[in-house]
Amino acid sequence: MDIELKGITKRFGSVIANDQINLQIKAGEVLGLLGENGAGKSTLMNILSGLYAPDEGKLLIDGIEVNFRGPGDSISAGIGMVHQHFMLVPIFSVAENVILGVEPVKTADYLDLSKARTLVNKISSEYGLSVPPDAIIEDLPVGIQQKVEIIKVLFREANVIIFDEPTAVLTPSEVEDFFSIVRALKASGKAIVFITHKLHEIKEIADRVTVLRHGRITGEGNPKRLTKEKLAEMMVGRQVAFTVNKIKSKIGQPVLKLKNIELHTKDNERVLKNINFSIKAGEIVGIAGIQGNGQTELIEVITGLRKNYTGEMFLGELDITRANARQRHVAGMAHIPEDRHKFGMVENFSITENIIINNYYEKRLSDFITINWIKARSAAALLCEEFDVRTPSVDLNGKSLSGGNQQKMVVARELGRKPKIVIAAQPTRGVDVGSIEYIHSRLVQSRDDGNGVLLISSELDEIISLSDRILVMYDGSIVAEFDNTDAKPKRNQIGLAMAGSTEEIYNEH
Amino acid sequence: MRISDIFNLKKINRSQTSGIILLILSALVLFFLNVPDGSYATFKLSRPNDALPLKDLVLSGGPFNTVASMILAFIGVRQFLKGGGRWIALSLGFGFLITIAAFLVWATADKSLNLTGMLQATVVRAVPIALGALAGLLSERVAVINIAIEGMLLAGAFTGALAGSLFGGWGGMISAIIIGGSFGFILATLVITFRMDQIIAGVVINLLVLGLTSYVSSQVFSEYRNLNNAPVFRAIKIPVLSDIPIIGPVIFSQNIFVYGALILVAITTYYLFYTRNGLRARAVGEHPKAADTLGINVIRTRYFHVVLAGAVAGFGGAWFTLGSVGRFDEGMTGGRGFIGLAAMIFGRWHPVGALSAALVFGFADSLQQKLALLNTPIPSEFLAMAPYLATIVVVAGIIGHARPPGAIGKPYQKE
Ligand SMILES: Nc1ncnc2c1ncn2[C@@H]1O[C@H](COP(=O)(O)OP(=O)(O)OP(=O)(O)O)[C@@H](O)[C@H]1O
Ligand SMILES: [Mg+2]
Repeated sequence: MDIELKGITKRFGSVIANDQINLQIKAGEVLGLLGENGAGKSTLMNILSGLYAPDEGKLLIDGIEVNFRGPGDSISAGIGMVHQHFMLVPIFSVAENVILGVEPVKTADYLDLSKARTLVNKISSEYGLSVPPDAIIEDLPVGIQQKVEIIKVLFREANVIIFDEPTAVLTPSEVEDFFSIVRALKASGKAIVFITHKLHEIKEIADRVTVLRHGRITGEGNPKRLTKEKLAEMMVGRQVAFTVNKIKSKIGQPVLKLKNIELHTKDNERVLKNINFSIKAGEIVGIAGIQGNGQTELIEVITGLRKNYTGEMFLGELDITRANARQRHVAGMAHIPEDRHKFGMVENFSITENIIINNYYEKRLSDFITINWIKARSAAALLCEEFDVRTPSVDLNGKSLSGGNQQKMVVARELGRKPKIVIAAQPTRGVDVGSIEYIHSRLVQSRDDGNGVLLISSELDEIISLSDRILVMYDGSIVAEFDNTDAKPKRNQIGLAMAGSTEEIYNEH
Repeated sequence: MRISDIFNLKKINRSQTSGIILLILSALVLFFLNVPDGSYATFKLSRPNDALPLKDLVLSGGPFNTVASMILAFIGVRQFLKGGGRWIALSLGFGFLITIAAFLVWATADKSLNLTGMLQATVVRAVPIALGALAGLLSERVAVINIAIEGMLLAGAFTGALAGSLFGGWGGMISAIIIGGSFGFILATLVITFRMDQIIAGVVINLLVLGLTSYVSSQVFSEYRNLNNAPVFRAIKIPVLSDIPIIGPVIFSQNIFVYGALILVAITTYYLFYTRNGLRARAVGEHPKAADTLGINVIRTRYFHVVLAGAVAGFGGAWFTLGSVGRFDEGMTGGRGFIGLAAMIFGRWHPVGALSAALVFGFADSLQQKLALLNTPIPSEFLAMAPYLATIVVVAGIIGHARPPGAIGKPYQKE
């Protein structure tokens, strides 16, 4: 099945999300869709999936014009979409989610769940997805949830499958799994649209690539022939540096010190084991490790979101072991949280409110007992300008920003306060190359200004290019430490430590 | 992880709290409900002309309550020292049962009480509460908060009386259902289409109905008595089943409203949890956007269920007039709609749970009635508070946190 989009335009108020887009999607081919944050990729695909109606333009399926009144029409036309934020009902089982909307029934509208289970098992074994049909969604890790989304699409016998940033939430090995699924789908003659911010993924999996910027198509071609630099330039309209420029910095006194930190879960499982390290002024310390080895808990302990740990913690000379999140924050700690929707922002607050949410009480933003909205708005506008948060107005809801711009808003709030120590967890997740470059440069600048930065990331490249020192976390402990200034460690040394092999570490010391 | 930690902490505390509650109950039974030796409580189990009469149950008050207090103390201590999560509800439920039994024995000492009659009244009084709860959960399952149940019940009661007087019982009932459904439609329009705050819309409807019906009943009904004189649905005895002792009179010789409520609970359970449309409705309540991306019409689903909820509440409202006294009085629903909402939460948004909760409240209601007759030293004003106290204790204390549908209270906006 081939699809053609002709002259598609979509506006949200004054924002033109898509401007006269022409696009072709072909059976048996993977079309990569690139574009900076807010370029209009998700909007375009939501039009294709019937969720939004285009303001102008035509959709042709195998040469015949179609008109979708809603997602139902798109689904029956054979189009399936795996959304950027998963569309699964958290309290339903896998089977219930898969059949929702196209349920097999017996008489009296009775749900035929056993048939659903059989079908789920059949599809999962066909594509090697292995998902338990009776598991409840909210108990499943995101990697598996994504497989449920894929089964959902296949269950509806889609011939065109759209993946909106599917790899943003996956671990490297899950990405490999995902790519083999995509190859299998392609081999079975399906048309695939794949959206990502990671250029190497486009080069690996896409047969054709289309680049969007400001709602317009700015480039097309064969990704195997285009260089990363060229792709990045099409995306952001200028050259992008992939390597971080860092001069040697002046190392000062420790700004954050952790002593014998231990944490147990409710089941008395030891999730943090005797963590000891310190971060000095003027240094970026990266924590590498496969997700789920205690990084999340470590961040929560450091930022004061978890209280029931033992050990000691100092911010400079100040003992913050028993301080709460606000006290730590006032003392000069900034936190770019791993999950921006849960901890980083309030979706239904305006951008201004989101930006002043942790310092509205400061004199410069308030009069006696009320917030001075004039000052708050101009402070927010200034930060948005400085950190390149793209929005027509700071009065819009945080929700209306594209994913990457939401992240930049959080970064702006946290780094805008000139903190002494920055805890940056996955700071560039879901962010385009141009913004990654910018966020990286701000983290480096914070270090050059004589502050400490703790960087936690599942992207090894990010850790290696930014850090002065690399710690590797495995199973709740710091298992290795590498100096990353002069003698660069080899990738595979770090990789081995991440996998829990300790031999290399002894060689190192 | 962090959230479950908190829960874990709560569990430990809750187990101990339940132990303390049981020990307090034990002390109450021992010191306040002590019955002198030689006093007997007589419980009648059947009525004079029953087909299979049972002998009266006669209990010796003193020993009974001493033993009750000891059992309470035992499970209380056990609960305090080690009781695990799943024992909390069980021990508390059992403890409350024993306490109520001891209370009845104390109140009935040297007198007699018709137990079957009380259970029958329990079921009857549970009906409007259960129907209110059912209406609440039908709309909350699609994420629309329905505070307006009280008003819908009242509208149903009023229409039942008026239309019943004009067109007879069935005409009254059908009109009540239609009027309830219309108020459901009004609520749906306000909160789904115009995205008005759901609580405020509900309160507005309640006040509107209260004002309208009070006005008409004081201005019109007082003048034209024959407009407020509807026939009452009589009890229908189900052959054979109604002859079973205790169960027969309690369940199988009731009027159409009681049967209707029981059947509706069964149908709603089947509908919500075993059918295609039920699955879609729940999906709309949990994650409307996901439902939308799968081609389910969120707006239409919500409208349909809120109107349906109104119709169920209208039927429940008709009970007050057509199922009971045949006459409308100002504000005669007396907060049953709100108790119905509590029953819905108590029953964790499940029809069977809601019915069970409604029965607990119905029992408190009928207990209060009987006790007024037994001449206990407790003032009847306090007894009248019993159902509401039971509501507070049950919702705040025993259930703790129940999880409402994920999208509850949030209007759905596509773009
Ligand atoms: N529902 C909406 N209401 C108002 N504006 C919107 C809405 N959805 C998207 N936009 C705006 O439309 C533009 C395109 O957004 P879109 O989500 O398509 O970007 P994207 O390319 O998917 O970005 P990202 O890579 O960050 O996900 C952005 O400027 C965004 O702010
Ligand atoms: Mg997007």
